[in-house]
Amino acid sequence: MNEFSYERATDPAAAIRLFSKCNGRNPRYLAGGTNLVDLMREDIEQPGTIIDVSGISQAIQRREDGAILLGAGAKNTAVASHRDIRERFPMLTQAIVNGASAQIRNMATVGGNLMQRTRCYYFYDSAARCNKRVRGSGCDALDGFNRIHAILGTSAHCIATHPSDMCVALAALDAIVHIEGPSGPRRLKLTDLHRLPGDTPDVETELAPGELITAVEIPPLPPATRSVYRKVRDRASYAFALVSVAAAVQLNESGDSILAARLALGGVAHRPWRASVAEGVLQGAPATEERFRQAAEAELQLAVGRAHNAFKIDLAKRVVVDTLKELTRRPGDEP
Amino acid sequence: MSVLQKVTEALAKVMPDKGPDPLIETWHIVGQPLSRLDGPLKVSGAARFAAEVPLENLAYASLVLSTIAKGRILRIHSDDARRAIGVITVMTHENAPRMHAPPQMFTYRDSAATSNLPVMQDNRVHWNGEPVALVVAESQEAADYAASLIRVEYEPETAALSFDARKPEAKPPKDILGEPPDITVGGAEDALRRSAFRVDQLYRTPRYNHNAIELHATAAKWGSDGTLTVHDASQALAATRDTIAKSFALEPEKVRVMAPFVGGAFGNKCVWNHTFLCIAAAKLTARAVRIVLTREEVFRITGGRTLSEQRVALGANRDGTLAGLIHTGITGVVSHNAFPEQFTFPARHLYAAEHMLIQQKVVELDMVANTSMRAPGESIGTFALESALDELAIECSLDPIELRRRIEPQKDPTRNIPFSSRNLLEAYRRGAERFGWAQRNPAPGSQRDGAWQIGQGVATAYYPYYRMPGGSARLRITADGRAVVQAAAHEMGMGTATVQVQHAAERLALPVERVSFEYGDTHFPDSPVAGGSNQTVSIVAAVTAAVQELVEKLLRLCGKDSPLAGSRAADVGARDGGLYRLDNPTRGESYRAILQRAGRDYLECTAKAPMPAEMKKYSMQSFGAQFCEVRVNEVSGEIRISRWLGSFDTGRILNPKTAGSQFRGGIIMGIGMALTEESFFDERSGRFVNASLAEYHVPVHLDIPQIEVIWNDIPDPQAPLGLHGIGEIGITGTAAAVANAVYNATGKRIRELPITLDKILTAPPTLRRSVATSATPR
Ligand SMILES: Cc1cc2nc3c(=O)[nH]c(=O)nc-3n(C[C@H](O)[C@H](O)[C@H](O)COP(=O)(O)OP(=O)(O)OC[C@H]3O[C@@H](n4cnc5c(N)ncnc54)[C@H](O)[C@@H]3O)c2cc1C
Ligand code: SF4
Repeated sequence: MNEFSYERATDPAAAIRLFSKCNGRNPRYLAGGTNLVDLMREDIEQPGTIIDVSGISQAIQRREDGAILLGAGAKNTAVASHRDIRERFPMLTQAIVNGASAQIRNMATVGGNLMQRTRCYYFYDSAARCNKRVRGSGCDALDGFNRIHAILGTSAHCIATHPSDMCVALAALDAIVHIEGPSGPRRLKLTDLHRLPGDTPDVETELAPGELITAVEIPPLPPATRSVYRKVRDRASYAFALVSVAAAVQLNESGDSILAARLALGGVAHRPWRASVAEGVLQGAPATEERFRQAAEAELQLAVGRAHNAFKIDLAKRVVVDTLKELTRRPGDEP
Repeated sequence: MSVLQKVTEALAKVMPDKGPDPLIETWHIVGQPLSRLDGPLKVSGAARFAAEVPLENLAYASLVLSTIAKGRILRIHSDDARRAIGVITVMTHENAPRMHAPPQMFTYRDSAATSNLPVMQDNRVHWNGEPVALVVAESQEAADYAASLIRVEYEPETAALSFDARKPEAKPPKDILGEPPDITVGGAEDALRRSAFRVDQLYRTPRYNHNAIELHATAAKWGSDGTLTVHDASQALAATRDTIAKSFALEPEKVRVMAPFVGGAFGNKCVWNHTFLCIAAAKLTARAVRIVLTREEVFRITGGRTLSEQRVALGANRDGTLAGLIHTGITGVVSHNAFPEQFTFPARHLYAAEHMLIQQKVVELDMVANTSMRAPGESIGTFALESALDELAIECSLDPIELRRRIEPQKDPTRNIPFSSRNLLEAYRRGAERFGWAQRNPAPGSQRDGAWQIGQGVATAYYPYYRMPGGSARLRITADGRAVVQAAAHEMGMGTATVQVQHAAERLALPVERVSFEYGDTHFPDSPVAGGSNQTVSIVAAVTAAVQELVEKLLRLCGKDSPLAGSRAADVGARDGGLYRLDNPTRGESYRAILQRAGRDYLECTAKAPMPAEMKKYSMQSFGAQFCEVRVNEVSGEIRISRWLGSFDTGRILNPKTAGSQFRGGIIMGIGMALTEESFFDERSGRFVNASLAEYHVPVHLDIPQIEVIWNDIPDPQAPLGLHGIGEIGITGTAAAVANAVYNATGKRIRELPITLDKILTAPPTLRRSVATSATPR
């Protein structure tokens, strides 16, 4: 680990000021540290200054209109166990508790979870070639071990995934990211926060230097919406998703037709993947297995597999279909 | 084999049996579920590991590892590192103290070095991850930072990294731990062709790493008198001392190695580069130096289990007996050690077959030396053999347990000598009853719970009985009626001290509270390596010898006033904290009384265990039956284990609590091997790419169901105290039981470990009567 200085910010304005002040020293915001400190230990991140923002806005608030505002500093555990979240957005609770370990979730924050970096093996090994670490150096994952890598939205420069579970649920929930920065506050849809790798996989999000996430807003869901998060992984716990699906479905009164569907996939792309193509197929469609399959096929039509991860294409389809079946099952249906 | 060895072997074969240990049926203390004596120390943090021993004026070391697999170091740029704050020195091949290349473990008994390469003595690079420089600094942080500033220029050479590419050049190793690489009985290929039922398949197993929770650590300090003290996370103290002495040209007596606690070892805590380098750095700086490997370094500079490709071909007669058994295959090894991974050992001793062909070959690769990892060979060998037997049972339409009944041998099939004790079928019988095997539906894909397909599988567990020569122990009995046993043995978390106290207490007829066991220090008499599951029985044999000698000494001390006057060792037995005549149990007295009358504070003796002659005359093996139930998700291919039962035949059980944990731990490690673990070796660079516990998936709690273990508890009449070592057998047969259960659940036969969900999803349902298409060594 390199030498660095540590600053603690008490509010967003102070954090941003500190960031600008230390601009020459490769500053980084620090939240729970479960990802950043790891990367510093591995010498992958080498900040000269870390600005601790973990104390900023840990609140979880319910607005009048029913929206929930998650402070960027709210711990993953606090979010998952919050009553409003558990009752109204169960898929978010499920996504969080299916991630990492209890110890990590107790430290990890909303902001840090959004901004966590990929788990690509070669990104973590400074002896390997990685465009994300060193722009233009090459990508050892393309023809290396790429079983955990992306199948959607990849480029010839990077096939890494965004590893978060929480973000997949947030993507499906139309969450909005509140940002403050040197040039003022702004809002971004969560699905617009992360970029696809293109030829600059080192630029992972739309955040400009010094911009700070202050909160994530979850708009209220329409009534009678059912939702679930389904994660497929190599171990029963404490493993990143090979494929995950966050799905919310609003059915008509008789329960046989879909009024609206929200669908997002994890473990498949450089960002939490909102499956809007599939949603289009499902919108207003009969809730049948055949239609679910069409939706899944349509979403994954452009998927590209490599030597070890091609199985994810079929797996994603299977899990999408099965998740939709589960969500639309009516009492008395054959499981 | 030396001439002397051959002579002793020949003699051992004709010598009469010693007769069973008189304690073999004694169950006062032995056999009790005594809790671990080191438990309170462990949970209170008072047990000190090598990385924690406080040392005065300690300096800290950090390593720089090569990033090429083969070639030469051209230049090492270390100026920035030398100038960094807190740095004491930078050591490279240019200034490292001279060290002799160590002798190889597995070839020389008194070596614990897993490779015979010189360590940092020249500019050659032999594997990707080999240490090329070391920084010593006033703090770990300073050392780590300075190490990150060092740049190394290399001239790379083409390295041999691809196992598959080198397979055509595979050749038999000289020997496999002293056994021949080939065994031929009759003509197995012909027998196979003629047989009524046939299975001929290839099985593949990947590289694995041990990942003991304690990271490797060494701390070294040279004394002004040329002595050397080393704290080392070690499972081979005496051999480590001798290895270090050889490398640094010291008398072994000048070297003291200590490891009172080791946090898991599994075959991997022997001497790797960091141990030599730490001692060399201490010499160079004239400071006490400590080195603690990072998890990544454990992957890069200490070796794991190597990969294998195995062919198992079985031909059965109409009655389910075996006409032919073929087990051949290839492993990847290095030229600088001698560890072919004995995967054919189970097939040599397990089943009766009219014709047999056993053959191991190796290919040499440029990688860190592979080494023994819990049941090396037997773990992966039983995966192939026991999977193939399951396939054969299906071919023959026989229950897999019934098939094993039909191929149960009367004597060791390749050594042609009797088994000392073999109750495998009893283990199957008891296990099947307990597990409810009879209720299983043998038709694949016939049981389900929603999307989960359910299946059960069974496989034989097998591990040899070993008692290595060289065990010794010191026994002291004091005038206040206490006993202390000392041996340079190892406590890696398995309960060594606890069971040895039980044994000594039983043999001396003292309460356990009055007996203690001191270990983990080469100041005590030598013990063999804690490997091959041999430690417990080796120390038991040494302590037995020490007690015999002590009894003789005590009787000599007795004098004419003693009720034991004139008694000889054969006339007395231990009872109630003393010795009493066997012909007249009222005649005798306590150890205390003997010593006090003689005016002695204590009496002490050191004894060596007798040579393990029992292993020459008998085929001594441990057995078990692993029963597994899996659930396989039809949608995702996810596999979860829902039930496990291990039924073992491992002689007598010394302590059911510690033994249960050993069996369970082995099974858990086997489940990891079966389902989740694999070290990804990038054949382009020769680097491991998942060198962390986040990406190398050992099982987590949720992956492990309740594991039930039972045992026959039938003493082996040839073994000291009737016992067999049990540290390794738990992992054997595990992967096959899982694969067989997966087949029963899904109808898919996965022949390559680990069985991950992508393999399930992409595997075609297995056709019956499929025969291997790809060529293997014939
Ligand atoms: C072994 C292991 C297993 C894991 N398994 C999973 C899993 O299965 N699923 C899963 O989803 N996650 C998993 N995680 C990842 C975990 O969720 C993340 O490490 C965690 O969410 C990061 O949050 P943090 O607060 O600790 O972030 P930090 O480590 O403090 O920061 C991470 C990044 O976010 C930036 N950042 C932090 N806060 C802000 C802010 N307010 N505005 C702008 N940038 C900010 C930091 O600068 C840094 O770049 C795992 C982690 C580990 C170590
Ligand atoms: S996939 Fe992306 S992160 Fe991984 S090595 Fe390639 S460029 Fe780096």
